[in-house]
Amino acid sequence: MTARSRMAGQGTALLPRRLGRIRLGRLPLHLVVIGLIVIWLIPTIGLFVNSFRTAEAATSSGWWTAIFQPAQLSLDNYAHVLSQSDIAPAFVNSLFISIPATIIPVLVAAFAAYAFAWMDFPGRNVLFVVVVGLLVVPLQTTLIPILQLYGPKNLNIAGSFLGVWLAHTAYGLPFAIFLLRNFMGSLPREIFESAAIDGASPVTSFLRLALPMSVPAIAALAIFQFLFVWNDLLVSLIYIGANVQNQPLTVVISNLVTSLGGGWEFLAAAAFISMALPLAVFFLLQRYFVRGIVGGSVKG
Amino acid sequence: MDPRLVTAIVVVVGVPAVLIGYIVLTEQVLRLFPERLKPKVRPWLWLAPALTFLLVWLIYPTIGTAIRSFQNSAGTKFVGFDNFVYVFTNPAMQGALKNNAIWLVLLTALAVGLGLLIAVLVDRVRYEPVAKSFIFLPLAISMVAASVIWQFMFAYRPPGEPQIGTLNAIAGAFGAGPVPWLTVSELSFNTILLVVVMAWMWTGFCMVIISAALKGINPELIEAARVDGANEWQVFRGIIFPLLLPTLAVVSTTIIITALKAFDIVYVMTNGNFDTEVIANRMYKEMFVNGSFGRASAIAIVLLLAIVPVMAMNIRRFRAQEAIR
Repeated sequence: MTARSRMAGQGTALLPRRLGRIRLGRLPLHLVVIGLIVIWLIPTIGLFVNSFRTAEAATSSGWWTAIFQPAQLSLDNYAHVLSQSDIAPAFVNSLFISIPATIIPVLVAAFAAYAFAWMDFPGRNVLFVVVVGLLVVPLQTTLIPILQLYGPKNLNIAGSFLGVWLAHTAYGLPFAIFLLRNFMGSLPREIFESAAIDGASPVTSFLRLALPMSVPAIAALAIFQFLFVWNDLLVSLIYIGANVQNQPLTVVISNLVTSLGGGWEFLAAAAFISMALPLAVFFLLQRYFVRGIVGGSVKG
Repeated sequence: MDPRLVTAIVVVVGVPAVLIGYIVLTEQVLRLFPERLKPKVRPWLWLAPALTFLLVWLIYPTIGTAIRSFQNSAGTKFVGFDNFVYVFTNPAMQGALKNNAIWLVLLTALAVGLGLLIAVLVDRVRYEPVAKSFIFLPLAISMVAASVIWQFMFAYRPPGEPQIGTLNAIAGAFGAGPVPWLTVSELSFNTILLVVVMAWMWTGFCMVIISAALKGINPELIEAARVDGANEWQVFRGIIFPLLLPTLAVVSTTIIITALKAFDIVYVMTNGNFDTEVIANRMYKEMFVNGSFGRASAIAIVLLLAIVPVMAMNIRRFRAQEAIR
């Protein structure tokens, strides 16, 4: 906020000088910046164009030729992928996995964050340091014992959505607790004190004050966690594994890539379908998303 | 109605209801305790769900993996350090360790270096938000999707056939023959290309965080230096860069962890073939191809040990921040 107003102020003050510079001196700067943007966009544009081309065209000539022959473009790939392949059910599976795997950790973390921020108890600091330490534990170190815990001899939930929800909840929790505790801890102390004096229980303070006031942080966290789960490959690969019925988009698409032959021509459209939701979130909720990412710089 | 839709509704409405219900119930439970004990018991009721998850899904399995790393593949016998000896002597693992070192150094250099460069450059143009959006965009998509995108960049056809890959078309335009990019393992060329894909994704992350720190630098400092006759490079070297160092350190630790854990891109694009193996993919293969949970556990523990220094730094930094709170 302050940075933006500062920039605006600076902008007007420096306007005459800037206009003078645009003519020649700043041309290399603009060329470099625009060049970088083009380099960054070309890979995605290539795939996007290919997703509209027939299999024949896409395997016999480069995507750039379609710019001069728009007749190559059609929606057939999308129609095929959505009606006849595993992509549509996988899209639903991805939603099935991502939504609960976002709601559960955010709420569980909110309880813990409130306790860490506004309740006094012995061991509070030590426990929070443990949470900070857990932030970077690679989830690879948890895979084998959890897989065995999920096995037929124990909980028997391997291959189910439940197993993935629970795992994603735990993997997302350290960061969620960390982010929400820092946010809730920065809320003004007086609010909670006066609520307590007025006889409000901690539950009331939490539900009526802390939670509504933390909406910006919760939104950032929820978007971050949702995209993390939506984009995840490893957790689903391990815990859902060969249960074809429950596989999310990432697993189905990676199977398309690695299985030589079958379905390669529809890969571009399938990949774009998997990107649709992240891109929509990115363009509509960019501010929250960036806030979550910036807060996530401590997460591994 | 689709039974899965019913499940979905139950989960989306039911789970939050149960969780909120739990917190409301804690106050009822607390009535059983004498007034004096309530503040001592309450925090633990609030922490219980989170601690359960952390204990069962993070702490218990980490200890379990550590124990399994000293056992044979069936987990029936302790074999001492055999699995770790395997991790450091098996040729495929040695290749993976070497490649992860390349990932670590190169990804950090590329993502942080380019992130810094772009943050400083776009700070000087008026279309900064748009420019940043485009650089940041790849971070929103999955690494699987990114791999598909770059499969089309690296696509290779034998000489004489029309090249459909963007990079080979560019090479062709300069008269260079088509390059089978992902199978060229000399000088770890293909591993470097995989790192480039990852850098394409993570540069935006570095840029956003460095850019935020850049906006936090007092403009009077920079203006004063300019008034004193410093040129743009001297301003950057003398003022901007030193002030950004703590931020660069934080961003680097994130990228280092990302490099150590690299899995998706290798799994999808080459599956470790052509000498592009990394430790996370080796672990997956030990688990599901060789069925050796002991060796896979040892690999996971090596990964964890590599990350411990970062963990210690994080905790130290957190303590320092708490001290000035």
